[in-house]
Amino acid sequence: MLQQWKGFVSGKWTTEINVRDFIQQNYTAYEGDGSFLASKTEVTHQLWEKVKDLMAVEREKGILDTDTKVPSSIIAHAAGYIDKDLEKIVGLQTDKPLKRAIMPFGGIRVVKSSLEAYGYQLDPQTQEIFTKYRKTHNDGVFDAYTREMRLARHSGIITGLPDAYGRGRIIGDYRRVALYGCDRLIEDKQSQLISLELDTIDEEVIRLREEISEQIRALKELQEMAASYGCDISQPAANAKEAVQWTYFGYLGAVKEQNGAAMSLGRVSTFLDIYCQRDLDNGDVTEAQIQELIDHFVMKLRMVRFLRHPAYNELFSGDPTWVTESIGGMGEDGRTLVTKNSFRFLNTLYNLGPAPEPNLTVLWSEKLPVGFKHFCTKVSTDTSSIQYENDDLMRGYYGDDYGIACCVSGMRIGKQMQFFGARVNLAKALLYAINGGKDEKAGEQIAPMFAPITSEYLDYEEVTTKFDLMMGWLAKLYVNTLNVIHYMHDKYCYERLEMALHDRDVYRTMACGVAGLSVVGDALSAIKYAKVKVIRNEDGLAVDYEIEGDYPKFGNNNDRVDQITAQVVEDFMNKVRQHKTYRGAVPTQSILTITSNVVYGKKTGNTPDGRKGGQPFAPGANPMHGRDTKGAIAALESVAKLPYEHAQDGISYTFSIVPEALGKSEDDKTNNLAGMLDGYFHDTGHHININVLNRETLIDAMDHPELYPQLTIRVSGYAVNFIKLTREQQLDVISRTFHERV
Amino acid sequence: MTTIIPPSQTQGRIHSIETCGTVDGPGIRYVIFTQGCPLRCLYCHNPDCRTPHDGKEVTVNELITDIQKYRSYMEFSGGGVTITGGEPLMQPEFVLEIFRRCQNLGIHTVLDTSGYVKLATAKPILDHVDLVLLDIKSFDPEIYHQVTRVSLEPTLNLARYLSEINKPVWIRFVLVPNLTDPPHNIRGLAEFVSDLNNVKRVEILPFHKMGEYKWEQLAYEYLLKDIPPAPPELIATAKKIFQEYGIKVY
Repeated sequence: MLQQWKGFVSGKWTTEINVRDFIQQNYTAYEGDGSFLASKTEVTHQLWEKVKDLMAVEREKGILDTDTKVPSSIIAHAAGYIDKDLEKIVGLQTDKPLKRAIMPFGGIRVVKSSLEAYGYQLDPQTQEIFTKYRKTHNDGVFDAYTREMRLARHSGIITGLPDAYGRGRIIGDYRRVALYGCDRLIEDKQSQLISLELDTIDEEVIRLREEISEQIRALKELQEMAASYGCDISQPAANAKEAVQWTYFGYLGAVKEQNGAAMSLGRVSTFLDIYCQRDLDNGDVTEAQIQELIDHFVMKLRMVRFLRHPAYNELFSGDPTWVTESIGGMGEDGRTLVTKNSFRFLNTLYNLGPAPEPNLTVLWSEKLPVGFKHFCTKVSTDTSSIQYENDDLMRGYYGDDYGIACCVSGMRIGKQMQFFGARVNLAKALLYAINGGKDEKAGEQIAPMFAPITSEYLDYEEVTTKFDLMMGWLAKLYVNTLNVIHYMHDKYCYERLEMALHDRDVYRTMACGVAGLSVVGDALSAIKYAKVKVIRNEDGLAVDYEIEGDYPKFGNNNDRVDQITAQVVEDFMNKVRQHKTYRGAVPTQSILTITSNVVYGKKTGNTPDGRKGGQPFAPGANPMHGRDTKGAIAALESVAKLPYEHAQDGISYTFSIVPEALGKSEDDKTNNLAGMLDGYFHDTGHHININVLNRETLIDAMDHPELYPQLTIRVSGYAVNFIKLTREQQLDVISRTFHERV
Repeated sequence: MTTIIPPSQTQGRIHSIETCGTVDGPGIRYVIFTQGCPLRCLYCHNPDCRTPHDGKEVTVNELITDIQKYRSYMEFSGGGVTITGGEPLMQPEFVLEIFRRCQNLGIHTVLDTSGYVKLATAKPILDHVDLVLLDIKSFDPEIYHQVTRVSLEPTLNLARYLSEINKPVWIRFVLVPNLTDPPHNIRGLAEFVSDLNNVKRVEILPFHKMGEYKWEQLAYEYLLKDIPPAPPELIATAKKIFQEYGIKVY
């Protein structure tokens, strides 16, 4: 046994790269409550004050500082510090805190325009290199896009595509760096190369061999980067401090190299707990010192920044990075995976105050220890900074060592990745079905021309038949578009380090997605159960609808509409499944919008559910604003009926409630929220964001942002500083249903 | 005098359903707001539940089918079904039948009532109620009448009866500044409650203005317009009085 592994129980993990086995052999489940937790140390306090000051300046300026010349890489920037004497965990993306890097491999134009938006100029030489000599992902995509793809992108029926920015949603198994050290990981990759010396060296093998060679290079660079901070990560971590530091270096390398839409951390807390517990058992450290390490680690995660164009904010507002950390859950053997570190990570929300990042995600199971359940719901009530996902549901798909990428995408750590595909606008597709493929706003022919509906009142059978055809066209175009994007991303913007922290053969999913689901469900329900009259303009284009009579609306636990809505999910998924995907990826889909529900709504005309053109969609799988009238639990039940088997990339639901509506005493609130989560997940709900806030607080924060620097609110799949949302998005959040009947 | 109505046909009028009730009994509760109330409380936050002919008609069957969709939440949180209003006891057969069927299904039942009812009407229903939320809106009979426009006596009779049969009860008291807050009024209630042997807790409900908009919508005159919400100090003082009598107060 290596010196660094002294005291650990050996197993398969000692002879092969197998972090899960290491965890299973060595972790100490914790069934107690949060009373052991330590508050922040003086050093943490001082350090965090410095960071907060920097963040205040950043908020004012938009960005604090940025590189304009050096393309970022794992080793492009010299070591940087906040305050070297105070930092227990070191490492910044660039040489200065919150200074952003440029990452032109995704696309040089977006780098240039992002810099200019903040008053900086791209270095002419860098621009020349990336226009004249080095092609980017963005260039590649547009070389291959078909006319139809461009048209669909332009009309907004498919949007948010990662064709000009990093795709993200890949989680390196950063724990491997701590457990094995880079030497061993490189050795493993070298043996993978040898395993690929095959009789037939075809395109697939060639690509993989080239990728693994790149991965080895990245691991070497990672060692070099760590060395610039005075750390030798060629060997395994020997104690808790090193384990946190090594793991963070792995992650840091990834965010130096890639500006992915979501750069998630994985599932590190219980892994790290093994080191913490060993040090505590040996009497080497105190609880306060362990908490300090976690606080400093989390502080660094809160400081991850990417240079992005302000327009990106329209889609994904508040500068999100999705440093998602998955916490808790149950093991396949029935033991809980909750450890003291699960508490310590959540405790950072008290020690450092609420924050959107890291995106703390609790993997909830009915069987979680009660002490942990109640601690979670208390933290939610106090900070609105946690999201919850159904471990009992996902364990069957991904085992017990999976993490969440971005918001709701489950994947086995180090064994699975996805090709992120943003989403299509299903509400618009429904309007195209009515208008024979013409856009309801511009009148332009986007989808193939077929006969529009000409009747005065919409007929359910006719509409669903045409909608089915339209979804078929859209699914085909969508998958083909994603194939182009991911082919080029692999070619020009490959995630060397993240993939170096994966097994050789990776399970890939093609993560499609839909927006506007509740609009479509309600529209179809209105057509079926009420009478919907079509208003056409002088060109015969259907531009508005009048509803006569009432109809059941999604969000009230009414099967008549809920089943229609669930069927739409299944139907679209089945259409996607018919198409061939790049690298044999398995198609999935999400029902998730993030904050883009606002911009999708803006680009979509009047819909037959009575929604007016321009009005936001509901986020994710939420019922439309104000239409869920039977209370929070009825809405939860409607959402829980959406079939996860046909939306394995996740079903996002955002829930806001005023504190008083959760119960009278603190204990009542904690118990009721835990009961709500148990009930929702028992009934197979997948994901929920919990906000416990008063609307008045948010209104006040709009008017006095300076008083609420850390006010955090969960929106679809992530959390944001409320004051960083655009005004439009703030109003959208405020207009949503706040469950407040008391 | 009771007529036997087959369960499938029993129906009643409700104002609405709330599936996420957390303040009308323990845990997460399916709350049925019945239509119709004989009281005319000055501070009523559901004035739209008053008139017996409004609302919508539903059968017990429909309700029971719907209630069963929420069993997970009730079980995990220790919740159940609460019937409130309006005044549920204005529709005794309806309410009895819902409670009876809930109990058969193992669902915890709570009745929220003002107690303004004939004891004989309430008695058979109480057999199927696990917990009663009894609203004693004031202890001073004059203030009670001023607040509700009806007399206090039936409520106190019900309270005594509930104590006699040892039915678990939460007493609820709405604390309204300048109306129900005189010390003798609170003290009187505390003394009365301390003599009962079945009261599990007293809930002080601080007067709030959230129902005010409904009065405007209904074009009713809202006499408490100028009364502020109950301030924290007032609530603390009231709590202390109950605590002096050894009563668990929330």
